[in-house]
Amino acid sequence: MSETGKNGKVIRIEVLRYRPEQDREPFLQSYDVPFTDDMSVLQGLQYIKDRLDGTLSFRWSCRMAICGSCGMMIDGEPCLACKTFLRDFPAGAVRVEALAHFPIERDLVIRMDDFLAKLESIKPWIVPKEERTLAQGEYLQTPAQLDVYEQFSSCINCLLCYAACPQYGLNPDFVGPGIMALLHRYNADSRDGAAAERMEVAGSEAGAFNCTAVGYCSEVCPKHVDPANAVNQNKTRAAGDYFLRLVRPKGGAK
Amino acid sequence: MSDPRRPYVRPMAGWWRRNPFFVEYMVHEATALFVAAYALVLLVGLLRLAQGEAAWSGWLEALRSPLSVVFHVVLLTAIAYHAWTWFRIMPKTMPPLVVGGKRVAPATITACGLAAAGVCSLAVLALVLVLAGGLTR
Repeated sequence: MSETGKNGKVIRIEVLRYRPEQDREPFLQSYDVPFTDDMSVLQGLQYIKDRLDGTLSFRWSCRMAICGSCGMMIDGEPCLACKTFLRDFPAGAVRVEALAHFPIERDLVIRMDDFLAKLESIKPWIVPKEERTLAQGEYLQTPAQLDVYEQFSSCINCLLCYAACPQYGLNPDFVGPGIMALLHRYNADSRDGAAAERMEVAGSEAGAFNCTAVGYCSEVCPKHVDPANAVNQNKTRAAGDYFLRLVRPKGGAK
Repeated sequence: MSDPRRPYVRPMAGWWRRNPFFVEYMVHEATALFVAAYALVLLVGLLRLAQGEAAWSGWLEALRSPLSVVFHVVLLTAIAYHAWTWFRIMPKTMPPLVVGGKRVAPATITACGLAAAGVCSLAVLALVLVLAGGLTR
């Protein structure tokens, strides 16, 4: 961490605080933080915690946009705090809040139990289409087969897309953009054989059809996953499954 | 809530005013109402046609009024905006389109959609002009 503002710059960081044991509702608290141009918002928060107010809570780990822990609303937009820089707020103030559409556990920490339960429900791993023994060697895939799902495998579960999705905010039962992207990542994988099971989730009341193509999820994704595309491809597929089962019955959707 | 962790759930009221992206989304969704309004105008025309020549002529006369012309200019603008936003989101709604071993860029898909809409509109306009020419002759 840099020493107190070598360039003499100070930014006012407004943080939405919520301490469940003493606050009835969240409130904004301001901190004046000296900074240098190479400091991220995350480093600003670390400065607050280390030197101004040790009671501030927030999640972080890698500091390089791969762990997905430090997602928060920065001036109203879902961002990774490690990938957003204090120098980019020339007005000298920035507001930091917990990710929208999730319950606040404490300060900038959101409660993600709902997401984790949904993540388990879609079997986010490859269920082999055909079992191979070690002696038979690896599961091979062509570059074209890889290209179909590769972008969706970049998801880091940072939940920015959920904070960007008003339909998830209005109806938390919706499985949401991130889960749909991961569901599609495995369903579109040529080695996987569990697409039918996952489509029970995609085609359910909580599934793809809650999406109204706002498209902001894909704008805010720090890894260019394009979850909106995954959701909408599965609308087509779920609709196809719905009509196909009239011709080829094999059990209903959840 | 009996949960001792007391998670705080923020209200969603006024959500669409919180972000310029959501405001734009609501505007482009609202322009769909203008598409519906124009469909109603055409349906009324059909109804008047079924009611006989006098009713039909009255409807045509009403269309020529300055108020109607202004209304139609507003409709055309809103529908053009709706078409643009619709084709802008189209690449996100499709499976990857591969031509000659390469993925077609989203901007190309949007441009093709807009071009197709433009060509269809011009074709319909040409058809109407040809038919109108035939009627007046």
